[in-house]
Amino acid sequence: MDACGTQAAAAAAGGEGTQRTLYPYVTGNSVIAMKYKDGVIMACDTGASYGSTLRYKSVERIKAVGKHSLIGGSGEFSDFQEILRYLDELTLSDHMWDDGNSLGPKEIHAYLTRVMYNRRNKFDPLWNSLVLGGVKKGPKGDEKYLGMVNMIGTHFEDNHLATGFGNHMAIPILRAEWREDMTFEEAIKLIEKCLLVLLYRDRSSINKFQIAKITTEGSTIYPPYALKTNWGFSAFENPSKGAVGTW
Amino acid sequence: MSSIGTGYDLSVTTFSPDGRVFQVEYAGKAVDNSGTIVGIKCKDGIVLGVEKLITSKMILEGSNRRLHSVHRNSGLAVAGLAADGRQIVSRAKSEAANYEKVYGEPMPVKELADRVASYVHLCTLYWWLRPFGCGVILGGYDRDGPQLYMIEPSGLSYKYFGAALGKGRQAAKTEIEKLKLSELTCREGIVEVAKIIYGVHDEAKDKSFELELSWVCDESNRQHEKVPNDLLEQAKAAAQAALEEMDAD
Repeated sequence: MDACGTQAAAAAAGGEGTQRTLYPYVTGNSVIAMKYKDGVIMACDTGASYGSTLRYKSVERIKAVGKHSLIGGSGEFSDFQEILRYLDELTLSDHMWDDGNSLGPKEIHAYLTRVMYNRRNKFDPLWNSLVLGGVKKGPKGDEKYLGMVNMIGTHFEDNHLATGFGNHMAIPILRAEWREDMTFEEAIKLIEKCLLVLLYRDRSSINKFQIAKITTEGSTIYPPYALKTNWGFSAFENPSKGAVGTW
Repeated sequence: MSSIGTGYDLSVTTFSPDGRVFQVEYAGKAVDNSGTIVGIKCKDGIVLGVEKLITSKMILEGSNRRLHSVHRNSGLAVAGLAADGRQIVSRAKSEAANYEKVYGEPMPVKELADRVASYVHLCTLYWWLRPFGCGVILGGYDRDGPQLYMIEPSGLSYKYFGAALGKGRQAAKTEIEKLKLSELTCREGIVEVAKIIYGVHDEAKDKSFELELSWVCDESNRQHEKVPNDLLEQAKAAAQAALEEMDAD
């Protein structure tokens, strides 16, 4: 409110206030992704919150980019849509060359890091954490790729990734249980375990999930589904027990 | 006498006494001297073909393309000055991209043809501009189905079932007229286009050429693409076989 007020005052005084994203409005939650035997698997819920209100319950936050990549976005949803427009433009101009080459996940990730870092340097960041996964044939056979960028342009690759609350809740599980050679079924099982923990502990997540995979055959985004929950854990029924200092 | 300019052929902004603009006609000559390009509208899409004349053996195969994609669903074949053609292609691309940005849907082919034609025409209206030395055939697929347009250096643009430009246009047009375009599929169409291009190629005047083929059809998911290599090779083989058969007769 404060930041907003200052700007409104500047505008009223006839100053040339420029409008920026001062804070996000509609936001999406964690995205979880990991490499597995045949490619990369990615998952998130389909909710989007307006502040802390769960305003939209059926939005897709995982999309295919070109032939070899998947993008998952958390954070400001309209900024994510804008990024999808950028990527559409990028893949279109790539398509128009029609020269037998196409942008792989590595290139698209590199592009995104530049866009995100550039916008942060204009003090007008795109309020997102983005996960980019894909597989493409390279000189050393099929190369899996998984990387992320955040709103200030920090970027890295890893074998498993999670954004938002998932960074706290899912990463420890993935670190303990992830293996390079997991089958698709094992990967789904692990990712569902993470999603369930997030559903229990992240108040803004919802029980409607979407999983997507990408392999050399291309990408598949599966229709949304719900997980079976159990709220009867004793720790849920008596949350303050054993937690010293809580009420 | 009248076809030689005698003072009225240096400017695009001056008519000759009998009402012609010679510079635009000369631009047409650049098109008439170029390798043949052909476009046909089949029942399920558009096929574009180009006889790309190779001026030197040192040129890398596949370079200096005369077939270009414009956005997802349309393509342009260029006859005449290739560099002028690229200018038109880049304009067409930005028109299509801009249309989609504004209206949120792909640009209709008719609209695209109109805008490109206006751009080409624009260059015939000012003394500080030179008309484009190229004609283009534009093929695309939108919700009204596959469509084919030809745009000439004058800015004239018509919709066609089949069109041809360049050296062999007359022969090519007669061949196109023999086709049953309403029954022809694009898969059959690429062979026919290849036959026409091979047929009109004058080996005595131009030594070598490269056949470029592209299509927008249901089989290519309504995307403008180069014809896949295996089909291209098949079409070339069929065209060569047809030529040899003709020579044998």
